[in-house]
Amino acid sequence: MALAIEQPTTAPRSAKKRLQLRQLGQRWLPWLVPIVLIGVWQLAATIGWLSARVLPAPSTILQTTWELLLHQNLLGDIAVSTRRALLGLAIGGSLGFIFGLLNGTFPTSERLFDSTFQMIRNIPHLALLPLVILWFGIGETSRLFLVAFGVFFPLYLNTYHGVRSIDPNLREMGIVYGLSKWGLFRHIIFPGALPSILVGLRFALGVMWLTLIVAESLASNAGIGHLTMNAREFMQTDVLVMGIVIYALLGKLADTIARLIERRSLRWRVGA
Amino acid sequence: MSIRGVELGLRGLGKAIANRTILHDINLEIKPGEFIAIIGKSGCGKTTLLRLIAGLTEPTIGQVALDNSPLAGLNPAARVMFQDARLLPWKRVWENVALGLPNLNPEHALQALHQVGLADRAYDWPLGLSGGERQRLALARAIANTPSLLLLDEPFGALDALTRIEMQQLVEQLWRAQGFTAILVTHDVEEAIALADRVLLIQNQHIALNLPIHLPRSRQRGSAEFAAIKEQLLGAIFGAGYPLTSRVVGA
Ligand SMILES: Nc1ncnc2c1ncn2[C@@H]1O[C@H](COP(=O)(O)OP(=O)(O)O)[C@@H](O)[C@H]1O
Ligand SMILES: [Mg+2]
Repeated sequence: MALAIEQPTTAPRSAKKRLQLRQLGQRWLPWLVPIVLIGVWQLAATIGWLSARVLPAPSTILQTTWELLLHQNLLGDIAVSTRRALLGLAIGGSLGFIFGLLNGTFPTSERLFDSTFQMIRNIPHLALLPLVILWFGIGETSRLFLVAFGVFFPLYLNTYHGVRSIDPNLREMGIVYGLSKWGLFRHIIFPGALPSILVGLRFALGVMWLTLIVAESLASNAGIGHLTMNAREFMQTDVLVMGIVIYALLGKLADTIARLIERRSLRWRVGA
Repeated sequence: MSIRGVELGLRGLGKAIANRTILHDINLEIKPGEFIAIIGKSGCGKTTLLRLIAGLTEPTIGQVALDNSPLAGLNPAARVMFQDARLLPWKRVWENVALGLPNLNPEHALQALHQVGLADRAYDWPLGLSGGERQRLALARAIANTPSLLLLDEPFGALDALTRIEMQQLVEQLWRAQGFTAILVTHDVEEAIALADRVLLIQNQHIALNLPIHLPRSRQRGSAEFAAIKEQLLGAIFGAGYPLTSRVVGA
């Protein structure tokens, strides 16, 4: 306080500058440790502490990625994996969504299906892998089945929960105000359940990539998993690490998109 | 004032829930455009009666007649305003109003918002509204489609005293302008006397008192006649034991 009186012009300005610096620091601080780690890794690989067989340098991995992009069909492989993931999500997710709506809305449907779903839910779906291969062989069907199976439950459970937790008073209001069944769904039930559905979607995205990684690395003729499988056979550690990083980036991308959707469609929650 | 309210008849109406009689042999004729207030102790069946009139629940016995034809299912003439505003938080203010309009007409919605003095909040989210504004919005939604019957279930119970009086004046003003039939459930005896053409008291499962209020509008709450009617109603509610505290205070 006394300082401000003595130096009325400079004190606030330097304080402001300090604040800006601190904000900048806050923003970039989380990146410090990863950058240092990558630096140490690069250094260790360059001076030969790390054998390229165990872990190639980050620069080598970048270079490999660049070459694969140019001369081999890396983008094509990414597209194949992404397509598999999204197709599985579309099948399993929409089934989960539909059953969630049905069981949340109709008691008969709930009686009929819910306890069965709750039982099957306890099976770790990756444990089904050998059985699925026995049924469908090593092929696209097996992979899609596993992904669809995995994403079904998060979407089912959260949609069901979302529909069930809608205030029955709001539903009654909709009826008094003359909404049709479709109107009730469109204006009250779906938007009311949406926050919960989106939570389910984000869970499902995590399950989706994880399942795909396992299913692809078992056997594939294309896709990231195919790439890393070959790389393992030929001991191309750089390609292996690249595959892992690509899986991580794809997962991150999916999560970011889901969060954007969440933020856009749940704007009403901030009340602004 | 153009009268286009609905005429309502309650004929031998009775309702039992889980083998317990809530309402028994309710008989009442309500004229088009009449303003009825219903008072009674908590749990006496006021909301149940309103739900019967709205067609949200079926009578156990008797019938509700709309312009002399028996009501089956949902009452198409009625709009209800609940104690909790029951707004959709995921729809903007104007969309909440448009909900009950054919084609979700935005112009009609804005017009209704204008009538309750909330036009400047049309594009906000309901979560940012105060308690009074929320009830204003609920009222706009209720009158937007120019209903011929407005049912109000203790709509101002949760509001502070000043906002409540403001809302009461607003309801009266809209009622006079639109001419709908109004049924207001309230636990506030003064509110009932200030607004209603007739005050009904529900007690022991039936209408224990049916009291026309002949005071000229807009009514002065401080007037001697107003106070006399209030005493009469409170006496009817509490029976011979009333008044207790007011005597002590007045002594
Ligand atoms: N769905 C219901 N199930 C069981 N009891 C009910 C139900 N609805 C109302 N009641 C009972 O009916 C009585 C009247 O309720 P209500 O009409 O809400 O009273 P009020 O609005 O006058 O306070 C209460 O005793 C209440 O417990
Ligand atoms: Mg009630």
